[in-house]
Amino acid sequence: MKSIGSLLSEDQRESLKRNWHKFSTNPLSIVGLITVLTITFMAIFSPWIAPYPQSWGRWIDFSQASLPPSWKHPCGTDIYGRDILSRIMFGFRYDLLMAVCILAMVVPSGTFLGLVAGYYHGTWIDTVIMRITDIFLAIPSLVLALAICALLEPSLFNSMMAVSLLWWPWYSRLAYSLTSSIRNEYFVQAAELIGANPLYIMFREILPNCLSPIFTKMTLDVGWVILIGSTLSFVGLGAQEPMPALGNMVAVGSKYMPDYWWMTIFPALAIAFTILGFNLLGDGIRDLLAVEEI
Amino acid sequence: MNEQLIEIHDLYVNYKIYEGILKVLNGVEFRVGVKEKVGLIGESGCGKTTTMRSVMRILADNAIVPKGSILYKGRDILKMSEEEIQRIRRESISMIFQDPTAALNPVFTVGDQLMDVIKYSTKENLTKEEMKERAIKVLKEVALPDPERILKNYPIMLSGGMRQRICIAMALVSANELLIADEPGTNLDVTIQDQILRLIGRLVEERGTSIILISHALGTVKGLVDRVYVMYAGNMVEVAPTKELFSEPIHPYTIGLFKTVPKLTGGGIPEAIKGRIPDYINPPQGCRFFPRCEHAMPICKKEKPSLKSVGGGHEVACFLYE
Amino acid sequence: MKITAYIAKRLFYSIFVLLGLSMFIFTLSRVVPGDPARLALGPLAPQWAVDQLREKLHLNDPLPVQYVIWLMNALRGDLGESIVSKRPVSQDVLTFFPASFELVMFSTIISVPLAILIGALAGRRANSIFDNIVRVFSYVGIAVPTFVWAVLALFLFGYLWKVLPIMGQLSVGIRRPPVRTGMMSIDALLAGRWDAFVDHLKHMILPALCMSVGRIAQEARLLRAGIIENLKKDYIVAAISYGIPERRVMMTYLLKPSLIPMVSIMALDLASSMGGSFIIETIFNWPGFGRYGMWAMLNKDLNAVVASVMIVGIFFALFNILVDVIIAYLDPRIRVMERAS
Repeated sequence: MKSIGSLLSEDQRESLKRNWHKFSTNPLSIVGLITVLTITFMAIFSPWIAPYPQSWGRWIDFSQASLPPSWKHPCGTDIYGRDILSRIMFGFRYDLLMAVCILAMVVPSGTFLGLVAGYYHGTWIDTVIMRITDIFLAIPSLVLALAICALLEPSLFNSMMAVSLLWWPWYSRLAYSLTSSIRNEYFVQAAELIGANPLYIMFREILPNCLSPIFTKMTLDVGWVILIGSTLSFVGLGAQEPMPALGNMVAVGSKYMPDYWWMTIFPALAIAFTILGFNLLGDGIRDLLAVEEI
Repeated sequence: MNEQLIEIHDLYVNYKIYEGILKVLNGVEFRVGVKEKVGLIGESGCGKTTTMRSVMRILADNAIVPKGSILYKGRDILKMSEEEIQRIRRESISMIFQDPTAALNPVFTVGDQLMDVIKYSTKENLTKEEMKERAIKVLKEVALPDPERILKNYPIMLSGGMRQRICIAMALVSANELLIADEPGTNLDVTIQDQILRLIGRLVEERGTSIILISHALGTVKGLVDRVYVMYAGNMVEVAPTKELFSEPIHPYTIGLFKTVPKLTGGGIPEAIKGRIPDYINPPQGCRFFPRCEHAMPICKKEKPSLKSVGGGHEVACFLYE
Repeated sequence: MKITAYIAKRLFYSIFVLLGLSMFIFTLSRVVPGDPARLALGPLAPQWAVDQLREKLHLNDPLPVQYVIWLMNALRGDLGESIVSKRPVSQDVLTFFPASFELVMFSTIISVPLAILIGALAGRRANSIFDNIVRVFSYVGIAVPTFVWAVLALFLFGYLWKVLPIMGQLSVGIRRPPVRTGMMSIDALLAGRWDAFVDHLKHMILPALCMSVGRIAQEARLLRAGIIENLKKDYIVAAISYGIPERRVMMTYLLKPSLIPMVSIMALDLASSMGGSFIIETIFNWPGFGRYGMWAMLNKDLNAVVASVMIVGIFFALFNILVDVIIAYLDPRIRVMERAS
């Protein structure tokens, strides 16, 4: 098998090297990368590395309840005696899982619709797809997410459905604008002239040229999806207790402010760091792939 | 020789960029007399614009001037206070920028921009009407039709030639002693470019100012200037009165440059100078032209030649003539 | 193209988008599990009452018919009855909306100048210590969710450093000024109640700040980027070379073009403030439209949920048009392009 390096031309490799240098000399990108790696590691291995794995669920130990941070419980315990650090690690798991699931649903479908609309630019297909897109972009995503979640039964799954339902239009719009401009390039016109299948043109000629902006948007979006997801769980329309979603933990903990401040502050910081990490990494990747502006 | 207006001596300018330090200007020597018309030619990227921007002290933020002096009437521009250089910009020297589209602010009307320049070019307290009158007057000077309407327009509404004329008008307001024209009209088609050059020539004549006309094309400077400097890779390599330079160029680079000019009489594609302009991060030691020079000698790789007179105001920086 | 014609065109288009939005949210509210009539009456109501209400609400008709009936009523200002407040939703909206509008406007008034100040200074002194602080702040400001700010503010100001009130609109003991506009600061001024005005402003500071941290960060960041980019432009160097004082070049020639990207996201930011108001008003107990909407959502008050979504949608559309008009004013390039099309 050929290595990835040999697939690229000399110039591409040179520019990649140059961009990697730019990426690695930007301390913020490195901080983002390290944060994301740490969080991902904790999310994947939480059942094995969490100091108190039983804190995941309906565990109750009143002898350990509401303890402030100490060596034994670095982030303290909640009112049921569950270790907050362990719950944060599990919380990463749910938040990341949610982000991954949502993006896995949203990116392919949104991109596909945008691609089709952009390819059939100016026809009724374009009009229908893009007008529907506009409808979903006609209202702040948080409000629509809240409304959809409220109308469905509140649960982690439904909150994922809600966020997916309002997120795909961003990818359609991005893919649409990329496709509409690439569509007029000579290589696409040449493929059309020799009578290539539209699907072939869309997926083999146009799509590869849209990938780096879409990929960049994806990394930037992980943070946003987590932000909206944690807000939903904070107001009680997302993951439900005892599932340790971070937003949920903040909401439950805030009832015990200020005496048991650690129940709120640590999960809140965890959310902030997660989103911050993904934003920093996303910005770094945007520079790395030299994507203009999304 | 008459009184000197600008004297650049041994000027070095570097740019700090991601890859390292670009050593662009490499000891530039340059003089303009009062009311003198001087041309400056050389390939793109040889440091013509950098030299002129140092005169106005408008170099980019990453530029460093490690060495050299730029004397304006005997006083060093590089050492002047902000107020002094500001006064020179307002009252004495002005520059026409290379690309008129980039040099005009897209979100202000021509009138806003021109009147602002007028406002600060004088110590008088002008009323709005007086400023407008002067603006119209200067637009008429650059032969723009319907100046009243143009004042209300945004740059995007005007053609390239009109924008170029507006840039000239703005420069004229504060160019009482020296006008620096950086490749005027390069982006325009030849007939308009010709009109622009004639216009500049006429204005300089009428106002009695000095001019430095920068160009990468030899023909443009020929009819307009008294003396021509030839620049290569951050050095002045030759200077001579216009006629003499065109009839008897002596620096190998200048000779090569003249050979590249296509001739109306035909005779095939002109010869190009082999190689390209050196890498400014690691420029060649000694004479920067030696890697492309047919007559390169061992000494060229070691020492940098300086401008030496060969008589009649003709100077050349080449060991062939020492 | 005249600006009025442009606005008319945009309004016309927005109507279609809003119709689409209403179709979507109405359909969703009717196909979700649970009988709306049963939800409205509660689990203890007798079946005959539920049946009667179903008839009254046209729930036995096909969905498109229900939608048309709903739309006709909505256009007449009848948005149905709220389950929770037992009042017409339109009346609730009128009661609660002004307080939210006031809060969102107040947060805009404090955030935009702050964003301009921070962004301009940071862009002007790129890579200075101040700039680096701003960059870190903008990342943090964008990354931290509204509710986290709110919780932190409650903690800091509610318990540690009690200088600002954290709940409601007025302190205990201050009489509410008579309601005229529903925006209490204006009501207080109209009634000449200076004490109530000042007290009310104090109550607005924390919720408004929490609502706008993200906006300030985002807008400052865009302005900074715009300034750094435009600083390299020839027209800035040219203006300096004509002898225009640096201060003037920076304040006008540089600032105006650099503001354009910032202004163009302001509609989005205003909208996200409105979204944020759902959370913020709930946390700070602000009796506004956001708290009402949140309340409706948590109680599955279908009519009120549909109405909240539509109201936010309408305001979002209006903000968008407003911002486009401002952009057209700032950027002649867009005006010329519009004229050409």
